[in-house]
Amino acid sequence: MASNPPTDAFDPIQLIRMMSGNGHNALIGVRYSAHGPGWAELRLPYNHALISDPATGILASGPIFTMMDMATSMSIWLKRGSFQPQATLDLRVDYLRPAEPGKDVFGRGECYHLTRSIAFVRGQAHDGDPARPIAHVAGTYMFTAGA
Amino acid sequence: MKLDSPFAQTMGFGAERDEDGRLVLTMAYETNKMGRPGFLHGGALAGMLEAVAFATLAEALDADDTARIKPVNVTVTYMRGGRDHLTRARATIERLGRRIANVEAVAWQDDPDTPIAIAQMNLMLARD
Repeated sequence: MASNPPTDAFDPIQLIRMMSGNGHNALIGVRYSAHGPGWAELRLPYNHALISDPATGILASGPIFTMMDMATSMSIWLKRGSFQPQATLDLRVDYLRPAEPGKDVFGRGECYHLTRSIAFVRGQAHDGDPARPIAHVAGTYMFTAGA
Repeated sequence: MKLDSPFAQTMGFGAERDEDGRLVLTMAYETNKMGRPGFLHGGALAGMLEAVAFATLAEALDADDTARIKPVNVTVTYMRGGRDHLTRARATIERLGRRIANVEAVAWQDDPDTPIAIAQMNLMLARD
C-alpha cells in the first residue's frame, strides 16, 4: 500500500486547520473535532464576543450557522474524497433550543447524497450531549468548477 | 440579537435609514468576514440577515411590549457571491402575529434589486 499512495490525498484535518485560521471562521473560532467518511464535526468554543444578549450569555445564532456551513461543506469533500470548489445554494437551520451559556457547541455535518452538480447535506449541533441537539440543519451546495 | 450585542459589535454592523425610514444594516468587508478568498463567508451573511430581521422586528413591537424574540428557524438562499465590498441588508415583516413573526431579509452590495442573499426567518415572541 505504501508503494502506491493516492496522488490527490485529501487531508481534512489540515484543510480545517487552514480554513479555521483564516477569514470569518477564525473570527468565530471554529476548531476541528472529528471526521469520518462523508461527515465532519467541528467545535465552537464558548466566547463572550459571540453572545447575543449579555443578560443571558446565550451565543448568537450566527456563529452556529457559520460552523454548520463549514461542517457541511467539509462533509462533501470527505464524501467525494477530494476538494472541489462549491457554493452554498441554501442552508436552513432549525433552532431547537439555545446553547447553554459557557458550553462549547459541537456541529456535525453529513453529506447524504451527491449528484454531478449538487451536494445534499444535513447536520446537527449540540452542547455536550448529541442526544439533545440544539439545532438541525439541511442544505444544498453546487459545484462551481467549470461553471 | 440586539444591534448593541457583543456579537453585533464583533461583526461590526452599522445602521442607517433608507429614504422610507426603514432600518438598513451595513457590514464593511474585512478579511474576518471572508470565506473563500475575495468572497464573503456565507455564515457572515447569514448572521447579518438574522440580525436585521431581529432588529426590524424589535422596532415594530410596541414600546411597552416585553416579548422576548427567539429564533425558530432560518433559511438562507445564496444568489450571488458576495464580493469584497460594503454589504447592506434590510428586512420586511411579512406577518406579525401575537406569537410568531415571519420576516424576510435581503442583502445586497451594489443594487437592492440584485440581492446576493435572502433569508426567510420565523421568530417566536415569548411572553410570560
